[in-house]
Amino acid sequence: MGSPATGASTWRLLVVTVIILTALAVLPRFVEIYQTQLLTYGLVFAIAALGFNLLLGYTGLLSFGHSAYFGAGAYAVAFIVRDLGVQSMELCILGGLAATILIAALFGFVCVRHTRIFFGILTLALSQVLWSLAFKFFWVTGGTDGIRVASAKLTLYGGLINFAGPGAFQRFVYAYYYYVLALFAVSTVIMWVIVHSPFGKALQAIRDNEVRARFVGISVQRYRWIAFMISGAFTGLAGILWVPLNGLTTPDILYWPFSGEIVFMSVLGGFRTFTGPIVGAVVFNYLKTYAVASTEYWQLLLGLVLVILVMALPTGIVGTVARMTSKLRGRI
Amino acid sequence: MNLLETVNLKRYFGDTRAVDDVNLTIADGEFISLVGPNGAGKTSLCNVVSGLLTSDSGKIIFKGHDVTHAAVTARVRAGIARSFQLVNLFDDLSAFDNVALAVFSREGKIRNMAALAHLDHDVIVEADNVLGQFGLAGKRNETARDLAQGERKLLDVALAYALRPKLLFLDEPTSGVSTRDKGQIMDTIASVVRGEGITAVIIEHDMDVVFKYSNRIVVMHQGAILAQGTPDAIRNNDQVAMILLGSSGPDAFTRKD
Repeated sequence: MGSPATGASTWRLLVVTVIILTALAVLPRFVEIYQTQLLTYGLVFAIAALGFNLLLGYTGLLSFGHSAYFGAGAYAVAFIVRDLGVQSMELCILGGLAATILIAALFGFVCVRHTRIFFGILTLALSQVLWSLAFKFFWVTGGTDGIRVASAKLTLYGGLINFAGPGAFQRFVYAYYYYVLALFAVSTVIMWVIVHSPFGKALQAIRDNEVRARFVGISVQRYRWIAFMISGAFTGLAGILWVPLNGLTTPDILYWPFSGEIVFMSVLGGFRTFTGPIVGAVVFNYLKTYAVASTEYWQLLLGLVLVILVMALPTGIVGTVARMTSKLRGRI
Repeated sequence: MNLLETVNLKRYFGDTRAVDDVNLTIADGEFISLVGPNGAGKTSLCNVVSGLLTSDSGKIIFKGHDVTHAAVTARVRAGIARSFQLVNLFDDLSAFDNVALAVFSREGKIRNMAALAHLDHDVIVEADNVLGQFGLAGKRNETARDLAQGERKLLDVALAYALRPKLLFLDEPTSGVSTRDKGQIMDTIASVVRGEGITAVIIEHDMDVVFKYSNRIVVMHQGAILAQGTPDAIRNNDQVAMILLGSSGPDAFTRKD
């Protein structure tokens, strides 16, 4: 989980973060609109994976049901916009987060009583319950057709920006990119603080040795539950932000293969590092998009990548790069 | 007032009477050794009192409060801590982080998720202090997994000690380390524990260690307390010598090497 940050390394981290954020901020000026859209998706998935990894990387719990929270956020926004006529994206976020946290609290309460495969199977089963509800109650959820959420109906920053009139689509893509980028930055900072806080250390202690954690005075189940809710909230935020971008929410995002994709993203980037899931999510999004566009056997291609990854680069992209850099430094 | 009192404490595993009607009283400031052959119930008694195992019947009174059914975390907060016979650490964390966790917990800061752990000056000073007391200051940033066996044993005890308990159980703190390191580890532990006035119960097989450090010895056999008393009284107890060594006589406990 990285070395304990000292003053110098905190500064270095800050500088690197500012450089990356600046690069991300100016990028839309240099690439075509489609690339900006694609990157927005990547950043949204990065928030989802960041939340997921609080459980896997830091608490040692592998959830196979994180589609539930992504989907809960997405459907909550769809309901809020369709049934309550809300236009403000900020209200959608608040409502969506409340709904996601409620569901994560309920599901988490059941799941954290178990660990390892039992935990994984329970999270999977519960997410499938939500999927079947979205699938079967078509008069509420639209069934497989889903619910349309037109970006033109939404406003950002408390109504300061709306998307009516000519050129709305382009304006939406660029405005929404910066909106997501800002929330991504805030989410990353919050998560970084959480995992470096005493609470975050307690989660790592639980991950390493549950029995000893209890004998240090940590209420293991309660901490796991809180971590579960935070994790769900982050992934839920991703689902919330994804809906206007996609313009539609369908049961697919509640279905278990999507949970698998979130796991894939974290493993691809490296779940043992803080930045791994972020990098993994962005890379996965490109990988999948181009795989789908270039071959009809894209699942096969992704499967191969996963096999190679697990066998050759078990520490993921970030873990491997970090190891190579430290080796290079050693030579110099 | 007694610090700890067990009343008719029982814990059976099927037909095995691991803890059988144990009435043990521990006063503040004692350094007690729990001895007995393998399977005598020493670790089981320690497990039941610390909360790792539940009791079948009987009571555990700590500082006047009934903690028989209290959760482990509640017992820790009340002041009962323990180390483990098989080293039980947070292996992926540094030696410093291991101890710091206990310090955060004791100071009630462990739930805080809005502050950076590595910027808490008080906790850093305290954790480094504890590492220093156990001679582990130089190993501060090493991952617990990478420490030598003797260092891991010490860190296990340091982790329990950093909770500043009233009552500290040490389950074979020198098992699995070389005879040469044994004395050094025991000297370190004894000086820290005595210096802080912590009441300690140590499970130990090496009778030289037991006689040297404890002011009371409790002998267990088949789950029950067979005898207890000062080191001198136990040394001259023929029944104890028979149980522990299979021979008795005036020189039974004298090492013949």
